[in-house]
Amino acid sequence: MASVCFTITMALYLAATISFLVYLLRRSDALSNISLGITAVGFLFHTVALAAKAAASSSSSHPSFFEALSFFSWMIILVFLLVEFRHRIPVLGSFMVPLALMSLVSAAALPETVPTLKPVFKTLWIHVALSMLGAVGFAVGFVAGVMYLIQERLLKSKRFNVLYSKLPALDFLDRLNQQSIVLGFPLLTLGIVTGAISAEFSRGSYMTWNPEQTGAVVTWLFYFVVLLGRLTVGWRAKRAAYLTVVGFACVILTLVGVVLKGHGDVS
Amino acid sequence: MHVIVVGLSHKTAPIEIREKLAVPESRLGEALNRLCSYEGVREGMLLSTCNRVEVYSVVEDVEVGHERIQEFLADTNLSLSSEQLTPHLYWYTGDRAIAHLFRVAASLDSMVVGESQILGQLKDAFEVALAHKTTGVIMNKIVKKAISVAKRVRTETKIAETAVSVSYAAVELAKKIFSNLDEKTVMLVGAGEMAKLAARHLIAQGVRQVRITTRTPQHAIDLADKFGGTPIPFDHFKDEMAAADIVLVSTGASHYLVGAEDVQRAVDKRGNRPMFLIDISVPRNIDPAVRHVDNAFLFDIDDLTHRVQQNREERLQEAEKAERMIVEEVAVAVEWMKSLEVTPTIIALRNRVDEIKRMEVERVLGRLSHLSPQDRELVEGLASSIVNKLIHRTMVTLKAEVNSSNGPAFVEAARRFFYLDRPSPSDLSEADRSRYLAGRSRASDREESESVAHKQVR
Repeated sequence: MASVCFTITMALYLAATISFLVYLLRRSDALSNISLGITAVGFLFHTVALAAKAAASSSSSHPSFFEALSFFSWMIILVFLLVEFRHRIPVLGSFMVPLALMSLVSAAALPETVPTLKPVFKTLWIHVALSMLGAVGFAVGFVAGVMYLIQERLLKSKRFNVLYSKLPALDFLDRLNQQSIVLGFPLLTLGIVTGAISAEFSRGSYMTWNPEQTGAVVTWLFYFVVLLGRLTVGWRAKRAAYLTVVGFACVILTLVGVVLKGHGDVS
Repeated sequence: MHVIVVGLSHKTAPIEIREKLAVPESRLGEALNRLCSYEGVREGMLLSTCNRVEVYSVVEDVEVGHERIQEFLADTNLSLSSEQLTPHLYWYTGDRAIAHLFRVAASLDSMVVGESQILGQLKDAFEVALAHKTTGVIMNKIVKKAISVAKRVRTETKIAETAVSVSYAAVELAKKIFSNLDEKTVMLVGAGEMAKLAARHLIAQGVRQVRITTRTPQHAIDLADKFGGTPIPFDHFKDEMAAADIVLVSTGASHYLVGAEDVQRAVDKRGNRPMFLIDISVPRNIDPAVRHVDNAFLFDIDDLTHRVQQNREERLQEAEKAERMIVEEVAVAVEWMKSLEVTPTIIALRNRVDEIKRMEVERVLGRLSHLSPQDRELVEGLASSIVNKLIHRTMVTLKAEVNSSNGPAFVEAARRFFYLDRPSPSDLSEADRSRYLAGRSRASDREESESVAHKQVR
């Protein structure tokens, strides 16, 4: 049941991605509703898949890496649908839906043996959920940053093309960037704290400086500086956009670190 | 019944003619009543704007109607002779008249394609005609359809979405930098006409704070009064620039008033909040090197003109889409017009044979007074069934041919076979009259068209 739903979800996200990319390049707005519809249906299947999976696994089991990434991509779509519902900017889908698809596909591409995160405590799923929610915030910030940089470039070079007309105003993107980081940062902080506590219980040490933990700490420090810069010395607009793009690279590297650690634990 | 439009527009007549023919609102009612007093003019609406004066009408005969409406227009302004007027007039009938109305409503015939005023003007013209009861079933339907077609064009194409004036292009750009202009501050440096116009647009879009500076202090104070803004001394407007989100510059100065370092300083002071600078002056007043300053967006008159040009082309592309929509919609409307022609015929036919039946039955029953009520019913039933069987095929054929190109020919034939266009042998019976009144009291189109049919029969 769950795996069938996942497959359907992936197919629908793929269709939505293609549809959203075509929408991005065509002058007509006709595709926006179709793309949105496909995404929404995909989201329903995704929800069912996640629920079925959660119901199937016993309470003592722990989230696999696949489940974590699947949850991440589900949250991305949820945030997109919420923002779209509130602000009506379908173009956001042209960036966020592909991102969700990519994370789902890369999760599925991982060999089955890797995903099981080993240890051990019931707090672990809280750690995974919080970290992933933080990552979702940074992902939205990343998307807003990329869109900002594109729109900024188009305005500066005075190229008033289709993309220009579809992308929203600069200050909206900057605000979206700020809000997503402001939300993502405390979530990541809590994710790291719960992770450290569970590491203490499982391995007897809060920090072992494995790739995952190192990545997480670097990411945390980076976003801390980004936020501080925005609040104190005006690191907003273009600079903030650049920084969040770089920051999201840290997030990705950390996730790679998780996979590596998984390998380490398994081997 | 034929729909006809006779009129002139910016495309066929110079302003000298248009202004003479234009009918002021106060005299519209009188003009409409005069129009409908002409023989053969059934319905009428007068659309009079600065770009067009058009009479939309439903007439009994196309040629006669055309002449009458020309007469009407010539009489509208006595200083215009019909020789002066006629060369500027165009006229369309039937589907082309309907198409013209739809195109006008959708702003495809406007001077600036896609402008939205015309739809409001059409609605007003329709309201006035309704108030003076000079429109009927056909015009009401067609004009309402035109309004809904115009709305469809507006929502389904981007014909009215983009700016086609330089001053409005500035607003459009501002909205790509600031999503909400309500909290923004605009600074007006110098008082060029285009900059003032752009400022006015920005205020209309929600900008509340306006700062104004001109080389002549009094001028700035006057303008500030006009815009509800604050005047700033010209000497230190650069220091105040950091407070402005949008800077509109248009002075007569022959050199750069604002340099890249001025803008850089302002942006730094603003904590990198984006700044939108528009230079509408020729020669330019803002150093083009500003383009290298991050978070400052400078556009000069050429950029804005270029944008407008692009938008115009887009609008024309969208107009083609709109034209296709109109072709569809006209087809629907024409179809309806045709059915309207057949429906009254069917009703007239029904009434005519019913009347013959009634008279014959009355005559016969008068002589057969010994029949029992049951037998009388039988005789009546016999008459009804013969009549119904006789006209059944005709009715069916008429209904079936409604939409074929032969439709009018069948209608014509039926009218001649059953001599429907001649006066009826007697006046309407009490029963018919009450049915007629009942038909009128209900408001649906169908009932209305039936009552129209009754009038025609009489």
